[in-house]
Amino acid sequence: MSDNHLIKVAINGQEYTSSVEARMLLSDFIRLELGLTGTHVGCEHGVCGACTVILNGRSVRSCLMFAVQAHRQHITTVEGMATEATDLHPLQEAFREAHGLQCGFCTPGILMSLIPFLDDNPRPSEEEIRAAISGNLCRCTGYQNIVTAVKLYVERNS
Amino acid sequence: MKPASFKYYAPESLEEALVLKAQYGDEARILAGGQSLIPAMNFRIMQPTVLLDLNLLAELSYTSSKDSAVLHIGAMTRLSEVEDDPLIADRVALLHESLPYIAHPQIRNRGTVGGNIAHADPAAELPVIALATDSRFRVQSTNGSRWINSDDFFRGYFETAIEPNEILVELEVPFHVTNTGWAFLEVSRRSGDYAMAGIAVLITLDRDYICRQARLVYLNLSDAPLEAKQSADMLVGETLSDELIEQVANKASEEEIMPMESLHATVNYQRHLACILTKRALELAYGRAKET
Repeated sequence: MSDNHLIKVAINGQEYTSSVEARMLLSDFIRLELGLTGTHVGCEHGVCGACTVILNGRSVRSCLMFAVQAHRQHITTVEGMATEATDLHPLQEAFREAHGLQCGFCTPGILMSLIPFLDDNPRPSEEEIRAAISGNLCRCTGYQNIVTAVKLYVERNS
Repeated sequence: MKPASFKYYAPESLEEALVLKAQYGDEARILAGGQSLIPAMNFRIMQPTVLLDLNLLAELSYTSSKDSAVLHIGAMTRLSEVEDDPLIADRVALLHESLPYIAHPQIRNRGTVGGNIAHADPAAELPVIALATDSRFRVQSTNGSRWINSDDFFRGYFETAIEPNEILVELEVPFHVTNTGWAFLEVSRRSGDYAMAGIAVLITLDRDYICRQARLVYLNLSDAPLEAKQSADMLVGETLSDELIEQVANKASEEEIMPMESLHATVNYQRHLACILTKRALELAYGRAKET
């Protein structure tokens, strides 16, 4: 009893049209159908934050949404951060310089959580930074260098 | 794909949604924010055959206060919108204080007020807040709408008074009256996890700092939000001395709550947490009531 729906969704400024089964998760659609594998899939129940994307300007878990719900919506994934595919966004630069990642599995989700947060709050306190990434698990860094990277970015932007 | 197959509807009006709910009844699950339902479907703990997605219903997303005593919140209002609402921060401070405890920012961007309440998880924050503030809920069907008081609404684990043909559409929260103090506290293993115990307190004082009204509602210390009425009654007509706070905390944690042991906390530990949280919350709420 597959229930298919035709969806149009704008991802990183590009329009995609696709027929999806209702039960397909947005995370699986992004990775398997569109091949945008920068969005990572960890726990698939909203705990780890690896699959975080930006939906209409706000960060959300792509594993807790069906692809069919993205119809006529705007999504940004980590691939859409920098203006050119070969460039890094200044926040990504700061992560590289401050050693804000080791294995990198959690990084796209953390970046997708931070971009809307820093838009709303360009001069956050350390406590606010930690609250903003509290829904993203990292097992390598102990978070310290992630916070340092965000501070570096904030310092350069002010 | 992880969730089992289902038939998906995304009605574009509440009317259309109500017709579908009348047609499918219990078979149709409402998809609000999906932040509890979709994980359960990913694990196949839940396998609904029909999903009614309310996300296109902009008409259910609002906060409004037509009179000075109460606030109305549409069922599809996102939790982050409630969190950022200055009127709520000012006039229903208890609700405002509880929001950051609900999971993580990304979940609150998607999760809804109606979903949090209708899901009726005993560890959820908003049912506790609703009971503490004496809020009520409007449910609607093709036959019309009716209001349900919060103390009639929660029936136990994931069970509410909503009938199979009805949809929760609105929450009505009374504004705090003057000289009211509030506190919301909980203890969880990690930030954003379901709490092992929590409490919401509202107390109203008279000019001499004597307690006129008190409500103590506990989170995850029964199979539904639990109001400790006898313990709260001990406060009425009294000033809140350390001794009285101690007695109330002991009474509530030893006699009124009904903790259901979990992987993360034994019954004794939950009683211990409830006792400490009661003391802290009463002190905090009393201090705030004196300041307002």
